[in-house]
Amino acid sequence: MISDRELEVLINEVFEYYGYDFSGYSKASLKRRVERLYQIDGISRFSDVLSKIRSEEGYVKHLVEEITVNVTEMFRDPLFYKLLREEIVPVLATKPFIRIWHAGCSTGEEVYSMAILLKEANLLHKSLLYATDINSVVLDTAKRGLFPLRMIKQYAENYRLSGGSEDFSDYYTANYGLAKFSCELNEKMVFSQHNLVSDASFNEFDLIMCRNVLIYFDKHLQDRVLRLFDSSLSCLGYLALGTKETIKFSTVQDKFQQLNREKIWKKVK
Amino acid sequence: MEESKIISGCKALLIGGSAGSLEVLIEVLPKLEQLNSFALIIVLHRKSGEDNLLENLISIKTPIPIMEVEDKVPVEPGYIYIAPSDYHLLFEKDETISLDTSEKVNYSRPSIDVAFESAADVYGPSLAAILLSGANADGTAGLQAIKEAGGVTVVQKPDSAEVAYMPGYAIENMSPDFVLDIKQILEFVKNINTSK
Ligand SMILES: C[S@@+](CC[C@H](N)C(=O)[O-])C[C@H]1O[C@@H](n2cnc3c(N)ncnc32)[C@H](O)[C@@H]1O
Repeated sequence: MISDRELEVLINEVFEYYGYDFSGYSKASLKRRVERLYQIDGISRFSDVLSKIRSEEGYVKHLVEEITVNVTEMFRDPLFYKLLREEIVPVLATKPFIRIWHAGCSTGEEVYSMAILLKEANLLHKSLLYATDINSVVLDTAKRGLFPLRMIKQYAENYRLSGGSEDFSDYYTANYGLAKFSCELNEKMVFSQHNLVSDASFNEFDLIMCRNVLIYFDKHLQDRVLRLFDSSLSCLGYLALGTKETIKFSTVQDKFQQLNREKIWKKVK
Repeated sequence: MEESKIISGCKALLIGGSAGSLEVLIEVLPKLEQLNSFALIIVLHRKSGEDNLLENLISIKTPIPIMEVEDKVPVEPGYIYIAPSDYHLLFEKDETISLDTSEKVNYSRPSIDVAFESAADVYGPSLAAILLSGANADGTAGLQAIKEAGGVTVVQKPDSAEVAYMPGYAIENMSPDFVLDIKQILEFVKNINTSK
């Protein structure tokens, strides 16, 4: 395993050369990602990765792409989406205009899932979905709305479990192993690169979804990002995290009220 | 092989298993009244979404409190932690747990290797691990890492395992400190940190 010292040097080097700051990431997870990078790039010595960082043009894009974990699904955790559909969407419906931020949206499956919920509630026309990620490669995929066809069976099942009653196949057309989601869904999406570590708040939102992103950060960075979300939420806005994430170790916790035991919090202060 | 050995200075005991391992836990846990100032972390392969099922099953078998595993929970002595399905379980230097949804390892998430290797890095010699029954090669590399870091490694005796492949694979590819049957595993766990 790469040593703590080497990891520290690598983090400093990446920051110095590229300006990406990974110092607040979970060290346990980051170590594994760096080892995976070694494997992918056929690196066996620490000095090799340093020289790549210093001299290979475009290596930064590759490094960010491989260091971040981009695993995602449509309607991931169907019961979470059921709660969104049944409890949150009706509240959003009362607003003249709905703004949602998907922070760490990866390849976009989560954003298209949300768009489907909004469309079925007849709210998509008055919504805007801001989808951001640090990794520009996944954003390109997200914009196209093209997902692997082999995953669709599971997504259709997730959709059904989340309370969806339409024919899921109406939302996409199948082509060469890919499912292309209808343009109607992504008309209201805005994709852009945004780094939760270093970029500021850019709007005020009624709902922020940041699922399975904070797990890659240490407690200190989690707290900073949660404060960024706090300052980006409208009064009584909602924050939704992944099923194993919590705000209970953070300084913002008393500004929020949790919905039952689900991973959705309402900003109350 | 000694029948039992007293391990001292142990902060965490990890138990990894797959097919046939739950039966071992269900036999061992009811006979344990408490954990002698170490945390017990259980990493089992299972289908996704069966979290409550497993937790409930284990909680009715033991008086030892179970700490819900969420990202960054502190690892505290005296508690049982059960790795949630669909996440890898990792350890931070400040002895908290991190969860990770990265690619499966050995077709598994949680992977026993991943949890064991990460624990070895954090706990070094203050760690013990037991690998139980299973039909997969997961766990062997993790045990090796624990051994190299100075921790104590135990493998279930293959002929006492419902599925012998996983413990057998470990014994073939690394040299565990102990190979124990279910009764001996119970003794081993009871004896942790009992010496003065
Ligand atoms: C596991 S994916 C989660 C995708 C989706 N939200 C879900 O739950 O299925 C984590 C995403 O967080 C992104 N990420 C990691 N660090 C980030 C940062 N500093 N700023 C913004 N996004 C980040 C990664 O690029 C990755 O796409």
